[in-house]
Amino acid sequence: MAQHSTVAYQVMWNRLISVVEEQAQALVRTAFSTSVREAGDLSAGVYDSRGRMLAQAVTGTPGHVNAMADALAHFIRRIGRENIFEGDVYITNDPWEGTGHLHDFTVVTPSFHKGNLVGFFACTAHVVDIGGRGFGADAASVYEEGLYLPIMKFAERGVVDKTLLHILRGNVRQPDQLVGDLYALATCNEIGHRRLIDMMQEFDLDDLQGIAEFIFEASRRATVERIAALPQMQATGAMTVDGFDTPITIAVKLTIAGDHILTDFTGTSGVDKKGINCPLVYAKAYACYALKCAIAPEIPNNAASLEPFRVTAPAGAIVNALHPAPVALRHIIGHFVPDAVYDALDKIIPGVVPAEGAGCLCNFQLSLRSVDGTGARAEVLTFNSGGAGARPAHDGLNATAFPSGVMTMPIEATEHAGPVIIWRKELRPDSGGAGAQRGGLGQFMEVGAREGYEFDFSAMFDRVNHPARGRRGGAPGAPTTIGQDNGAEMRGKGKQFVPAGRRVMLALPGGAGYGEANARDPATVKRDLARGYISAGAAARDYGLDAATIAEVQAKVRKGEEI
Amino acid sequence: MSLIRMGVDIGGTFTDVVLEKDGQSFSTKVLTTYAAPENAIIDGMQQVCAKAGVLPGDIGQIIHGTTLATNALIERRGAKTALITTQGFRDVIEMRTESRFEQYDLNLNLPEPLLPRQSRFTVAERVDATGAVLVPLDRAEVAAVADQIAEAGYTSVAVGLIHSYLNAAHERMVREVLAERLPDVMVSISAEVSPQMREYERFNTVVANAYIKPLMKSYLGRLRGRLQEEGVGCAVFLMHSGGGIISIESAAEFPVRLVESGPAGGAVFAANIAARYGLDKVLSFDMGGTTAKICLIKNQTPKTARVFEVARTYRFKKGSGMPISIPVIDMVEIGAGGGSLAHVDAMRQIRVGPESAGSEPGPACYGRGGLRPAVTDADLVLGKLDPDNFAGGAFALDVAASRAALEAVLGDALGMEAEEAAFGLAEVVDENMANAARVHAVENGEDLSEYTMIAFGGAAPLHAGRLCEKLGVQRLLVPPGAGVGSAIGFLRAPFSFEANRSVYMKLSDFDPARIKSLLTELQAEAREFVRSCDATSPVLSEFKVYMRYTGQGWEIPIALTEAHAMTPDVAEFEALFEADYVKLFGRAVTGLDVEITVWAVNATTPRQAVEKVVEVQDSGRALPSGNRRMFDPAKGSFLSAQVVLRSSLAPGDGVSGPAVITEDETTIIVPSSRRAICQPDGCIDLTVAQEA
Repeated sequence: MAQHSTVAYQVMWNRLISVVEEQAQALVRTAFSTSVREAGDLSAGVYDSRGRMLAQAVTGTPGHVNAMADALAHFIRRIGRENIFEGDVYITNDPWEGTGHLHDFTVVTPSFHKGNLVGFFACTAHVVDIGGRGFGADAASVYEEGLYLPIMKFAERGVVDKTLLHILRGNVRQPDQLVGDLYALATCNEIGHRRLIDMMQEFDLDDLQGIAEFIFEASRRATVERIAALPQMQATGAMTVDGFDTPITIAVKLTIAGDHILTDFTGTSGVDKKGINCPLVYAKAYACYALKCAIAPEIPNNAASLEPFRVTAPAGAIVNALHPAPVALRHIIGHFVPDAVYDALDKIIPGVVPAEGAGCLCNFQLSLRSVDGTGARAEVLTFNSGGAGARPAHDGLNATAFPSGVMTMPIEATEHAGPVIIWRKELRPDSGGAGAQRGGLGQFMEVGAREGYEFDFSAMFDRVNHPARGRRGGAPGAPTTIGQDNGAEMRGKGKQFVPAGRRVMLALPGGAGYGEANARDPATVKRDLARGYISAGAAARDYGLDAATIAEVQAKVRKGEEI
Repeated sequence: MSLIRMGVDIGGTFTDVVLEKDGQSFSTKVLTTYAAPENAIIDGMQQVCAKAGVLPGDIGQIIHGTTLATNALIERRGAKTALITTQGFRDVIEMRTESRFEQYDLNLNLPEPLLPRQSRFTVAERVDATGAVLVPLDRAEVAAVADQIAEAGYTSVAVGLIHSYLNAAHERMVREVLAERLPDVMVSISAEVSPQMREYERFNTVVANAYIKPLMKSYLGRLRGRLQEEGVGCAVFLMHSGGGIISIESAAEFPVRLVESGPAGGAVFAANIAARYGLDKVLSFDMGGTTAKICLIKNQTPKTARVFEVARTYRFKKGSGMPISIPVIDMVEIGAGGGSLAHVDAMRQIRVGPESAGSEPGPACYGRGGLRPAVTDADLVLGKLDPDNFAGGAFALDVAASRAALEAVLGDALGMEAEEAAFGLAEVVDENMANAARVHAVENGEDLSEYTMIAFGGAAPLHAGRLCEKLGVQRLLVPPGAGVGSAIGFLRAPFSFEANRSVYMKLSDFDPARIKSLLTELQAEAREFVRSCDATSPVLSEFKVYMRYTGQGWEIPIALTEAHAMTPDVAEFEALFEADYVKLFGRAVTGLDVEITVWAVNATTPRQAVEKVVEVQDSGRALPSGNRRMFDPAKGSFLSAQVVLRSSLAPGDGVSGPAVITEDETTIIVPSSRRAICQPDGCIDLTVAQEA
């Protein structure tokens, strides 16, 4: 076997990163689940023969970051090394050994070269349906949330387990799409495998140990250098959010400890009765993501760069929900973890992290039925974002997801997916918390059905009672509001009936401000007023703009002059 | 005497002009004159006319492509433009996809929309997803908005209403009212500019069109005037992003279709060479000073797409620009060129680009104050470039400056000598380009080992050989005139126009009569554009639909024959879709309905007949002009390479790698794994060397 130069190893590392991106792209194009194709709710990674992650695709959801890194060890342990054969494909949707809820399937394929096991490929995607109650917060335990598949073989030596497929088909609402998705997962691993073998032939490799050590050494050193450069201290933070029925506090203690950072969730609320609980693997992913963004953003994810970010939580905390807690909407708590972590981190490295933002995605699902008795039904899921928190030197992003990386769907596409009408989807003025840097704006949405349809509205919102808090004197973002166009009240979470002809009126939350509002650059205040990000009232009240200046700005807008 | 034709490509730095007369070609490069781009054209035209011994008045046809439209979008130099949109959707072009294109940057800012919020007006109206009117439009409300637009002094207006691709009545009504009240204001409506589903892409496209329309209209008018002053009476046509040409009037109406016309010309250039060699699978590789572009050319036709992104603001990252949904040649562009700069990252890995040294200060070896190593510096230290014969000896390159930059920025951090740092830099940039090509091929279900590469652009021949090694590509052609490839490509393009529209149809609701009428309508629309350019030539129609399994978000293009289009059969449509799906993704999905989402008809004049190259055998007679030390990355060491002047090669002359074939415009590297021969048309043909 050839000796390899540093240059050759660097080329191989780049290649592996390209391989997993390709693997992920193949999934995006073939998946049936809306959240995969529109929102990038998937992941892909390559591992050495010991199950250590070498590279991972950067996709829409940080929630898979550590989950993917940790999953392989579970697979190797459950399957047993003596049972790993060429042509095998393994599968699970175990929330605790996979990626946090039953809707995510993780598929692992061993990679053989010259008859020897050299590594693994894994990928994860959110599937359309897994039976049970359907996607929502309403289950009391994971048993109600759908079919549970422990780690097992999907295929052995190239032969797919037909019995497994029969059971799957018999338990889900859209069997063809689910089976299509599982094959898509297996195929994307196969694409990665072929590219890996091409690389091993090109560089005359018999195994991946040399390149693995190269990647791990460089990644570990770079990560530890960053951690060592931080103040070596502890700090605590906490944030309270709405929860389902009772408020939930996420408490964090960060310890910067030389070669690692420990995030400890002791003090966090216990599990909720409803399905917003979060397995530790998912909370860990978001804690790690938040820290990496602030400390080591450009270091790619692999076993060595993730290892220094350690996470612990008491068993039974909502961020360490144990089987059989319901976990379908684990993203709600998961998406709030970064803001809680930043509350602590800001005390260690001030001036780096943003103010609080909308946090969790503002998703909702409609179950529409015709009222003429023909029984026509449709399910429509949408992804929407509130405002992000203001940064030390920048305003918060308007109606943009953070920490999630998902995309919204075009409303024209949503209206093709079912008899729904989105009457309004635009920025919500005055919702960004005032500050030297303003919080990002939330958005207004108005949602109804086509004539002759009624619907159940499954709400997945937070920040109704707990808006985003500002930092360094910045004002809070506007809270979520929800109701119907006739004034009927609605709750932030859970399934609620909306009769034919009614619309749901949503105001999605804004991000909080950073720094005192009176320190904001007056030119920026005038620009915000001209654009209508803030009203004349807010310009006067929050930023002290006088009436004459306000009138001058309004006149310039009318005359089309630049501001 | 045959028609004398002139191709003109206005690029960011140079304006390339090529004149063809009786099969002979005369070309020049002049600096682009930003303030009045027509001046460079006139200058270049006079030069090539002098070379060819003709008068401007003898020119029979001019084909023009330009980066002006793209640059106006990138530099935000468009007109004062307003948008009129559906009430409730004022912020579609600002809210984008509600996502961050870079996940780990806490200080990320998204690109500003082309129009700030106060320039976006709304009217109460609504069409639903079936095309039915839910809320009728009130003319009086439009009139009130028109008055606001007049007061604010907007000169161009874009109209983008929800679901207008299904029912354009409201958009047309807005245009009527504006025409009555504001006759001097230019109006663009989304149902004409880009009748495709997905409001963000469509609105952004119509806004971009409106934004650059006054500028392009005025430029094209001035150009025509200047040409007339010079005695040029012939017609001027414009290259569009889809790889065909349209009339100057159509271009002025739909200037957004001119975006990326230069690179499209490059792809047509490569497609023409593919046709001359009878190659059905070609990868075109164009590498200049700041970017590299890669395009798949199957059956001598560049692959097309219906949406692309311009003006990327963040390291060429997907999502950091603005989407434009028009028919376009599908290209991957990455930030890798001769001027791309290298640095060492936190993992002590070499990173190259997308930051570029540009022409000022340029790479360190230009001796104009550049202190950071660029790709060109690595090429020089590795012996791929001759310091004394760069750009035809126009100026000497400073090897010591390259070495110093490589050592200071890379070598010191990594403990490498200049040569090893140069090797690392070149390998990283080549690997980046190879990865982009691999990903693009996989996305299209193609295996590059079956492909031939055609390389052009100043830096491509220096890197193409190594790319072929990395990609397992067996054959590489480097055509002559590679420095002005786009302008030559313009002269090879047919008149063409693609009309498309989003209309959803499930195969379970297959409606042959509706399909026939829809495609006939699109065909008529597309043919009209072509007919306005050429009243007599036959016009061919290419039919295409985009299909997917119901529930998927990604459609695949399916080519239809005229018979499929005019006598549609559901079983045939399904079979065509399944065959392509299996090719792309390995396996069909059983039990699911299939739907058609977009319909397209491309009307085109027949491709110009090509003279097939009679390929010659290797007769092994190349006479080297000397030798030089050159690094061979596959071997990992410096070797002695023969130096051959391209101008000295006759058809059949061959040389084995390691070798360099030099000319004024560029240098072709022949790796030790390859042998090069000169074909009768001047192409240098590199194939895998037979084992000795």
